[in-house]
Amino acid sequence: MLRVVIKGGHVIDPKTNTDSITDILIEDGIITEIGNIDEDLEALNCDVIDAGGKLVLPGLVDAHCHLRDPGFEYKEDIESGTKSAAAGGFTSVACMPNTNPVADNESVIKYIINKAKQDGVVNVYPIGAISKGQKGEELSEIGELKFAGAVAISDDGKPLKSSSLMKRALEYSSMFDIAVISHCEDLDIADEGVMNEGYWSTIMGLKGIPSAAEEIMVARELILAEYTKVPIHIAHVSTELAVDLIRHAKKRGVKVTCETCPHYFVLTDEACSGFNTHAKVNPPLRTQKDVEAVIEGLKDGTIDNCH
Amino acid sequence: MTLKSKDLLGLKDLTEEEIEYILRTAKTMKLILESKNKKTPHLQGKSVITLFYENSTRTRLSFELAAKYMSASAANISVAASSVAKGETLIDTGKTIDMMGADVIVIRHSMAGTPHLLAKNVKASVINAGDGMNEHPTQALLDMFTVVEKKGSLKGLKVAIIGDIYHSRVVRSNIWGMTKLGAEVCVAGPTTLIPRELDKVGVKVFNTVQEALIDADVVMGLRIQKERQKKGLFPSLREYYRFFGLDDKRLKLAKEDALVLHPGPVNRGVELSSAVIDGDKSLINEQVTNGVAVRMALLYLLTRRDNVEGSN
Repeated sequence: MLRVVIKGGHVIDPKTNTDSITDILIEDGIITEIGNIDEDLEALNCDVIDAGGKLVLPGLVDAHCHLRDPGFEYKEDIESGTKSAAAGGFTSVACMPNTNPVADNESVIKYIINKAKQDGVVNVYPIGAISKGQKGEELSEIGELKFAGAVAISDDGKPLKSSSLMKRALEYSSMFDIAVISHCEDLDIADEGVMNEGYWSTIMGLKGIPSAAEEIMVARELILAEYTKVPIHIAHVSTELAVDLIRHAKKRGVKVTCETCPHYFVLTDEACSGFNTHAKVNPPLRTQKDVEAVIEGLKDGTIDNCH
Repeated sequence: MTLKSKDLLGLKDLTEEEIEYILRTAKTMKLILESKNKKTPHLQGKSVITLFYENSTRTRLSFELAAKYMSASAANISVAASSVAKGETLIDTGKTIDMMGADVIVIRHSMAGTPHLLAKNVKASVINAGDGMNEHPTQALLDMFTVVEKKGSLKGLKVAIIGDIYHSRVVRSNIWGMTKLGAEVCVAGPTTLIPRELDKVGVKVFNTVQEALIDADVVMGLRIQKERQKKGLFPSLREYYRFFGLDDKRLKLAKEDALVLHPGPVNRGVELSSAVIDGDKSLINEQVTNGVAVRMALLYLLTRRDNVEGSN
């Protein structure tokens, strides 16, 4: 039997309610014990990984990533993307469909799954597009996407302009029990802005994206989810009002879940000063009051996950 | 005294002393401009390249003449007819210019922060001749020079800037520069053309032109671009003129000896009435001359910096 012991790490495992410095025993690839292992490790004939001073976590899941493959391999591909996931502790990733061609049909989904089997080092779960070509005009073959292996649908990055198509997307997808994820951004108001609109965009003379661009779309999606009674997942929540709208909808019984990202609760738009393009993300980094609201949302469970 | 940085990227980064030093040097340069033979050896053996990704008449010509009056080799790169049109990146273009021995690169670009990126990647001094909506430092320096020449100093003066504040790099540079020299800057324009939280940067924001103009020592009109109307930022040039246009009647609200400035090119009958443009308060033509003097001063100070420090 192949035994590995991870020794002396700070183990955090919500499933077993573990949050302490302890050891983990793995036998033939399966965790068989979490707790202090006092036996003579040499006698057990096992490999020992010294995790002293380190965090030991269950494999993390990134429900919203971009592998850029097919079409934009010069930015990222399934091999580089999954390797960076593994390096960061993520063992499963769900990848967005804004590839070229767009993952709006069975064959692209199958390509991603097969390429991930071949080149990937973590589990890859493709997300299909809501509309054909992410054009926001006609629904994709959502049933076929699901049976090809897509775990969710989203027009990430190119939110549906048409409220009526979004309503139909929710209604139609409910037949197939597939999650609908919305990247909330009113592109009319965002109007090619490059950072959050406010003090810092004014100082640097950069075109701002108002927080209203996100909040208007969050409100629409919540209203449509309530009306159709179909669940919706709101991607990367970054503003105070968006958190508040979702909290309110949850109280009304709307089947809504949402996520945020670490940068929305640790950084503000001040990070963009000096034209620091490393701080350019979408949605943009917001203000201190938004950071505090996102933290509050995580604490009270309004925000369900973080990636 | 020398300028701290090898580049002039914006007035936000300069100290009060540095700005005053540039303005003092420009005063000397203006004497050269006014002499019969406008030629000095200050920049002999130096080269100045203008790299304009956006159209310009006065700024580009002003830099070119400033360089030539001081005996520098000056060359223009026309972006439309260069490798840029073939897809070369800004950094690669900059390095190519650098390797040919440029001492100063003057750049204008539609994106804010472009000169900053270039400056990090070249040995030459970079002068920002306008980057998106961020800064246009030489324009603000010439505006300040013009005011100081007439009023002696900016300290305690009320400066009213009227027009499209949102899209104006001239305003941003003037706000940083003029407040550093002790002026009180007031702005007014259609609310759709006022950037958010502008009041937090130390200027007073008014919704009516009248409030901004009361007792102003300096009145500056800004260019209104017609394209902004199409985007729905204001309904018509006619309505703009009715509520924000500067005419003789409105100017009476300002001080008797108020100065009128405009960075040009002017839309007659939109930002300012023709009577104001051609009137005795207007310094619009002097601004153009002063622009050359200020740019001569900067080219001199930035290239002299090399000699003083003995290195690049």
